[in-house]
Amino acid sequence: MANTMLEVKELSTKYITRFREDVYAVDRVSLAVKEGRSLGIAGESGCGKSTLALSLMGYYFPPLHYTSGEIIINGKNISGMKPDDVRKSILGREIAYIPQAAMNALNPTRKIIHFIEDVIMEHEVYATKKDIYERAKKLFETLGLPAEVLQKYPVELSGGMKQRTVIAISVLLLPKVLIADEPSSALDVTSQKMVIKMLRHLMEAGMISSMIFITHELPLLYNVVDDIMVMYAGQIVETGASREMVFDPIHPYSKGLMGSIIVPEQGLRDVKLTAIPGVPPNLKKPPAGCRFAERCRFVRPECLVTNVSLRQAGDGRAYRCILPEAELREAYAREEHKK
Amino acid sequence: MTTLTQPLLSARGVTKVFGFGRQKNTAVDNVDLDLYEGEVISIVGESGSGKTTISKILLGLLTETSGEIYFQGAKRDIRSHAKKQEYWKNIQAIFQDPFSSYNIFNKIDSVLLDCINMRGGRSLPREKKVEMMSEACSFVNLKFEELTNKYPFELSGGQMQRLMIARIFLLKPKILLADEPTSMIDACSRATILDELMHLRREIGMTIIFITHDIGLAYYVSDKVYIMEKGKFVESGSADSVILHPKEPYTRRLLNDVPKIYEEWDLTTV
Repeated sequence: MANTMLEVKELSTKYITRFREDVYAVDRVSLAVKEGRSLGIAGESGCGKSTLALSLMGYYFPPLHYTSGEIIINGKNISGMKPDDVRKSILGREIAYIPQAAMNALNPTRKIIHFIEDVIMEHEVYATKKDIYERAKKLFETLGLPAEVLQKYPVELSGGMKQRTVIAISVLLLPKVLIADEPSSALDVTSQKMVIKMLRHLMEAGMISSMIFITHELPLLYNVVDDIMVMYAGQIVETGASREMVFDPIHPYSKGLMGSIIVPEQGLRDVKLTAIPGVPPNLKKPPAGCRFAERCRFVRPECLVTNVSLRQAGDGRAYRCILPEAELREAYAREEHKK
Repeated sequence: MTTLTQPLLSARGVTKVFGFGRQKNTAVDNVDLDLYEGEVISIVGESGSGKTTISKILLGLLTETSGEIYFQGAKRDIRSHAKKQEYWKNIQAIFQDPFSSYNIFNKIDSVLLDCINMRGGRSLPREKKVEMMSEACSFVNLKFEELTNKYPFELSGGQMQRLMIARIFLLKPKILLADEPTSMIDACSRATILDELMHLRREIGMTIIFITHDIGLAYYVSDKVYIMEKGKFVESGSADSVILHPKEPYTRRLLNDVPKIYEEWDLTTV
């Protein structure tokens, strides 16, 4: 039985805006990532993917605030800890984060090696510069990055190289869990592939134990992670193994999301894309019932008033809908037949 | 009436060079292109391959260093501002970044009113204009009543991009140049945008040029695909022949780098 590296129980967080309004960005999210597994988080813009990532790390700087729930990283409960304490004892060693704009995460006036020295000295006071250089060089070589990069300024590197450098820096202190938030969305396909290869290498070589990968590019997610979790308006709407999630989604929202996949493969040209009409609800006043009800094809009057919880559907799958699995599948089959 | 044998827009030996001396950089190198009426073509390439430069030349925003562009059989003449305006009635664009495509001081009503005025609707009564605007908005599933008196930045990225399509609906150009129209919005809104563009194309019989790095998107929407590498077209042909049976090594590499769903994604070759 593999250890659970990251466990989250009923985590809720909110933003408090300048006008003292609460925005409930993450609502009662529970998840568990086992050793050696990777979890993908999918969903449209504004559904709370990135907020969840920050919340997982205990990164509660205003306007983000912790409301309730528990976060256990490698056996250490960090819920309720001060962000500064989390930064000193947890970030980097237990959990590391690759931000969305990783390209801009490097200081343009400092060489990469100086940046690395800063990172290590923050955590290990007695480290010498020579040791740090040797360590960084060794790490860069294992990850297939040229050691010359260390002596360069960020402007001298290409976008893909910068992104891979940022990933290398984030695993310097050998964290257990790595959170990658859209690490390849600003790159072209070739650099994207290099980044993905590097992340896979990190997992396979055992440098990190688990990974959380956030993106809205579903074909990419399918190729990188073991499990996929779909979020909508701050809640989990469905979770399951990636293969089942892509080819056999249960929830109407996941179904719509999977119907918007475009890949250059034979026979996929004539497949009609399914678009989900409407916009996500305003999270300042989340709807009382199902959050997806407004945009759902199978909406019923009771959907608008009943607060639905996640239902188990076998093989570790769960979905959030008032309708039973069989009924939803029947409805999909009917739609398929109509086409 | 243009016949099928005569291209609507064609480029012959178009070259664009930036800088000179040591800094000389040939962004577009001797490119030939023919665009027939009603066609959808895609220009696919990586960043820095010159696809945006060629699109700007076709739009008349950049002047070519050498080569000629023919529009409806005659050589394109956009040397004066009036002639440019006349040309832009026929060719319009949707850009990559919806957030910077609008003038932030103009309200949405005036964005749409400008389009009506440009099509010679200046003297129409107010009610007729409002009717036209709400028709355009409902075409892209936006509600005009909700948009009046709002500024573009109050909308989400997907909504802005749809408003852009509503503009095109009012302008009814012959050619639409879509420069990465969906790269900044998520996969879910992408389907909506593409659906609406294709619907618009059927409605007003428009010719579309897609500029994209997403080879999957190019395969899905276009009749003809041009693959661009370092300023040159390395391969072109019908979408099925280029994507499913690529001949050039560059095209193969590009296809290999795209994550797949039904086929195995080969991570060993980078």
